[in-house]
Amino acid sequence: MTRLQTTELIIDVPGRDDGRPLSLNIEPGQVWGVLGPNGAGKTTLMHTLAGLRAPRSGEVLLDGQPLLALKRRQIARHLGLVFQERQDGFPATVLETALIGRHPFLSSWQMESADDLALARRALTRLDVAHLADRLVSTLSGGERQRVAIATVLTQSPAIWLADEPTNHLDLHHQIAVMELLTEEAVNGRAVFMCLHDLNLAARWCNHVLLLYPDGEACWGPAQQMLVPEALESLYGQRLATTELDGAPVFVPVR
Amino acid sequence: MRGYWLPLTLLAVAAAMSFLLSVTVGSASVAPADVWAVLTGQGTELQRTLILELRVPRTLAALATGGLLAVAGALMQVLLRNPLADPYVLGLSGGAAVGALLAMLAGLGGLVVSGSAFAGAMIATVLVFGLAHGTGSWTPSRLLLTGVVVAAGWGAIITLMLAISPAQRLPGMLYWLMGDLSYAGTPWLAITVLVVACLLVLPLGRSLNVLARGPMQAAALGVAVRPLEWGIYVVASLLTAVAVTTAGSIGFVGLVVPHMLRLVLGNDQRLILPACALAGGILLVLADTLARTIIAPEQLPVGVITALLGVPTFLLLLYRSR
Repeated sequence: MTRLQTTELIIDVPGRDDGRPLSLNIEPGQVWGVLGPNGAGKTTLMHTLAGLRAPRSGEVLLDGQPLLALKRRQIARHLGLVFQERQDGFPATVLETALIGRHPFLSSWQMESADDLALARRALTRLDVAHLADRLVSTLSGGERQRVAIATVLTQSPAIWLADEPTNHLDLHHQIAVMELLTEEAVNGRAVFMCLHDLNLAARWCNHVLLLYPDGEACWGPAQQMLVPEALESLYGQRLATTELDGAPVFVPVR
Repeated sequence: MRGYWLPLTLLAVAAAMSFLLSVTVGSASVAPADVWAVLTGQGTELQRTLILELRVPRTLAALATGGLLAVAGALMQVLLRNPLADPYVLGLSGGAAVGALLAMLAGLGGLVVSGSAFAGAMIATVLVFGLAHGTGSWTPSRLLLTGVVVAAGWGAIITLMLAISPAQRLPGMLYWLMGDLSYAGTPWLAITVLVVACLLVLPLGRSLNVLARGPMQAAALGVAVRPLEWGIYVVASLLTAVAVTTAGSIGFVGLVVPHMLRLVLGNDQRLILPACALAGGILLVLADTLARTIIAPEQLPVGVITALLGVPTFLLLLYRSR
């Protein structure tokens, strides 16, 4: 059981005060939603948690070990990140793209085995892009690319999922399918930590919420305690109307 | 191993055939049967001299130099995530030539010239990549502009050095600038470096595939990005420097060969890199054979032929990259 913790973590957003230090405990089975307006530092937080960016102070611990002291390969075996932005670089097919999720598990001279290939194909099927396996990624639509990116992390099969706006570019049906996939991962003992812009997806699928304010202020806890209209209204500077549907709150912006 | 061996075997056969062609064809043709006789220790004195002392070393040098340039080009393209990167276009060959000419101007020879060319290539690499590295990524236009301007700078320094150097050194120096295999001495340094470099980078093939998707994505998938990037820098500069010391600055092989191979074979570096080593050699052997025969008994510098192939390819790539 792998867990991710932060101790007095202050992310390094240039030109911003320290704000509140984050001491998070991301445990197996939890689904975290990170909410905040543009520029609140959500992506910076994601990259810091993945060890791709040094924090201003504090530490990120993977199973009690400081992330920056671990080898990248070691980290990648436990922790996967769905990026918000991707570069294309050279042309690659959908299947090849999913298959690089096995990279941290293969030694230098090792070729991908039939098992690796099966894992990649299963991930593509799960994300509903198996029929595109031989297409070049550069020829896909934004939503299809997003699903391929998620399939790559699913092929990597990490104990901790970091996902930077995983529902970006997705149509309604695939948004729900992706949220269901991530919840299922959590039920199977993985931890999921994702940035979202949709309050209602967070209200319905997340059991923990972190609110990030543009000035570095933050609060976090169980979803029911965090998703209250007053907090959300001050977070976005937007008045909200609230109702309830199937036991989950629904937030609608009002003019 | 999904179909790695077939293309590599075909390329190896093609390399052997181009080798045979290059050895038989020239100002004086030798029948394949006579070539075989010489290679197995028979044949006339004249044929032995012609083949063993002139054509075989020269062909081996072409084979190795072409491989060096193509692999260097392929590595730089992955490093910069840009199919337009090439040692010649980015001014690395110019830097290596300046280094070599400086050593020759000082009256030094042999290893010092090679070492000086390597230093020149490294300085050029750091200069171009350092200057072009803006706020986080190498944009194509910025990189190319920097490369072109730095290459123009090397050109000016070369002209200056030619203008002030004593007349008896000029012919030897001019060979650097034209890219000519007729001065290529022993090919063994180039062959050794090519083989060692291939053995070094092949295990990195999959890491390079991941790096081609951007440094952040690569780091997230367990690649130690910084050490890998610096390793590739050094290897690509070394390959360029050795190629330049063997045959002068031959342009565009590093651009044309990886591009053609990617069109046919896809973009798996585990296949592309060894394929580049073979196909680059084939291209340069054929270009050199052409250079030797087209206006025989006169010879053209092989750099002319590769430039005639390379310039249209480069323009086509640039045109399509928008």
